[in-house]
Amino acid sequence: MEFRKEFFADEREEGLREVGAVRPRQDALGHVTGRSRFYDDHKFAGMLHLKMVRSPHPHARIRSIDTHQAERVQGVKRIIQAADVPKNIHTILRLIDFGIDDEPVLAFDKVRYTGEPIAAVVAETEQAAYEGVSKVRIDYEQLPAVYDIEKALEPGAPLVNEYHGQNFFDYNGYDHQKVRLGDVEKAFAQADHVIEERYRMSPMEHATTETNGCIARPDTDGRYICHTSSQALFFSLENVALIVGLPSNKLHFIGGTVGGGFGGKNDTVVEPITVLAAMLTQRPVRYSFTRTEEMQVSSHRGAELFYIKDGVMNDGRIVARKIRFYADSGAYSRLSPYGVLKAAAHMPGPYTIPNVWIDARCVYTNRTPSSSMRGFGVTGADFALEVQMDKLARLVGIDPMEFRILNAYRDGDMKAHHRTTSGAALIECVQAAAELADWPIGDRYRAMSSRQGGGGERG
Amino acid sequence: MAKRRGKGIASVNYPIGMNLGGDPSQALVHAMPTGKFMVSLSSVDLGQGMKTMARQVCAEALGVPSDDVYVDTGDTDTGPHCMGSFASRGTHRVGNAVIMAAKEARAVLLEAAAEKLEVEAGDLDTDGAGNIHVRGDPGKSITVTEASLAGQFEQGRTISGRGIFLVPLSHPDPETGSMTPVTCYAHACTVVEVEVDDETGVVTVLSIKSAYEIGRGINPKMVEQQLVGGAWMGISHALYETTEPYYPDRAHMPRDFTGYPMPGPGDICEIDLVILERPAKDGPYGAKGCGEMCATPPIPAIANAIFDAVGVRIDDMPFTPEKVLKGIKAVR
Repeated sequence: MEFRKEFFADEREEGLREVGAVRPRQDALGHVTGRSRFYDDHKFAGMLHLKMVRSPHPHARIRSIDTHQAERVQGVKRIIQAADVPKNIHTILRLIDFGIDDEPVLAFDKVRYTGEPIAAVVAETEQAAYEGVSKVRIDYEQLPAVYDIEKALEPGAPLVNEYHGQNFFDYNGYDHQKVRLGDVEKAFAQADHVIEERYRMSPMEHATTETNGCIARPDTDGRYICHTSSQALFFSLENVALIVGLPSNKLHFIGGTVGGGFGGKNDTVVEPITVLAAMLTQRPVRYSFTRTEEMQVSSHRGAELFYIKDGVMNDGRIVARKIRFYADSGAYSRLSPYGVLKAAAHMPGPYTIPNVWIDARCVYTNRTPSSSMRGFGVTGADFALEVQMDKLARLVGIDPMEFRILNAYRDGDMKAHHRTTSGAALIECVQAAAELADWPIGDRYRAMSSRQGGGGERG
Repeated sequence: MAKRRGKGIASVNYPIGMNLGGDPSQALVHAMPTGKFMVSLSSVDLGQGMKTMARQVCAEALGVPSDDVYVDTGDTDTGPHCMGSFASRGTHRVGNAVIMAAKEARAVLLEAAAEKLEVEAGDLDTDGAGNIHVRGDPGKSITVTEASLAGQFEQGRTISGRGIFLVPLSHPDPETGSMTPVTCYAHACTVVEVEVDDETGVVTVLSIKSAYEIGRGINPKMVEQQLVGGAWMGISHALYETTEPYYPDRAHMPRDFTGYPMPGPGDICEIDLVILERPAKDGPYGAKGCGEMCATPPIPAIANAIFDAVGVRIDDMPFTPEKVLKGIKAVR
């Protein structure tokens, strides 16, 4: 790895001592010797284990829940159901006043995805907890399920989430977030070429080394301590406070040393029920996802669908881009409607296009809820946009590096979301990558700069 | 039947910090009696190096060696609020909060030293090695330890500081999408070379050559670790990973890593990196954050390289051997 210090040298403060220096990680020794304390490295006397009764169906009405046999299993201390949860219906972005309460901590009238939690069995051992789980009897009435983004939006599709009342998130009265700049239809009419393409991304797992989990325990003074794998300690704490009905200063969250997150530990899925279990039993309680739970019921990177229509001129200028974007949120919102806004803001990519039309939708289906993952709102979009850029470059017969430099945003250019570009550096990255890979580009393109030529017509 | 080579590129930017802002982070810094410093946070280190970033940034702002700074994090009783470790916000948001706290603590430290040396605090500077001296007169100096002891035990000063960083919340306009999603972007361009076996459809990535513009590399080794790890994850996303290989059909959902293929350490390809630094105006020493973005550009670059190699467009991630073979069959 090499620093190309000659780029933007006049913008940098030099003479720093610690910044820019290689220093060993503060926690490296603990990590490599296996002595760093992660949440599951805490053991407490009398610790109970929590295992979840989960729905085997993607969409069903719950007629009845019978826990009598499960309660008689030796070692089972408590079975927690929806009625035990002080605020059972919740949404985690309540904390930033975004969205509506749409997800139960424990399902009671309906299940909306396979694996949805219904009852928590708290027992002396993991084995007793599993046995208790196997003895909970639930009578379901199965309902038609919808798995496909586009089918979920068709008239007559099964309604996934009654709290929304439709299979999409409502953005200020629209079924999508709009981004509008210029006049795409007029530009398409005047473009030398117009192409429309469809792209899709399948769901992905965060695949962290450490699964989601936590240990909650009563403290000696009426407070509760929670050792957690959360990526966001106060976000988890404040959500738990709302759900279990405790003032936030009765909660003490400890973590900060986590075995990988990639966005998969932002959702506060394990802490609320575990803290509640500690409150109800007055014992330490551990709830740790198995790898199968992590793979199948913890949130993942949701599927995404893109239709991208571009107008391009023979000289290589992209004059119009229209995108219809759909994100599969699964059965509940979690962070997906927010990620859709991020995707809308990210489009049409790091290029200056005078006419842009974006409709970004968040769609509900009977799938495991999706949520944030590394590159949230960006990964799928950049895949689609950059393959599209390759197709456009070939269509007009321009080298793909030169094509990107030609269309790259520069300081002073107007972005689709109505803000002026500053601090651009895409052109320089393309130039440096071309050099690194011995990819020849023309002198004209080698001379271009993010700092020059922006703010007006390109050509 | 042959192995065919192709090259593809992608260029991207990445928004730094929680979309639309409104996501504060705080930091506290205080001196122990002998002039070693403690940073108190509630931020989470997922393995990305949050603690080490905070340590170096704090040391720089205080003007002391990073060995003299320890970062204590992950406790809501002792660390002030942090929105969390996500959205490439750690370095940008937490780094700025730490600098603000460290500057306040440094100002008190220099006041304590000034009183002891009988000079003006404004005339003092640090050498980054544990000493405070009169600017232009290195002979007139005091150690950070002496100044800290004097400040606390003789002068009754708290050598400490508070910091917060907030990008104000932006509301997207429902009709036009007018909004301020972030205040700065990182950038990258990636060139990938692949080999496609047209008999099996297996794609092997031979090399990834990338340029990343990251504002400022706080710790070059950790930058490199992120970028190499991200390249690996990008290959994995492009060619291997999905929980639902026949989406929207739910068949073949994995239960564990045996059913969820990912490349192993032996599958990593040649990776060449260059780093550019165009400082962000509001970044800590100009830094942005490279954690999330580096997993992205390999994906389209690999798709474009597959097309270059065998003339097959795969517009549906991941690019499994099955899809590659079907594509080859279709174009023949």
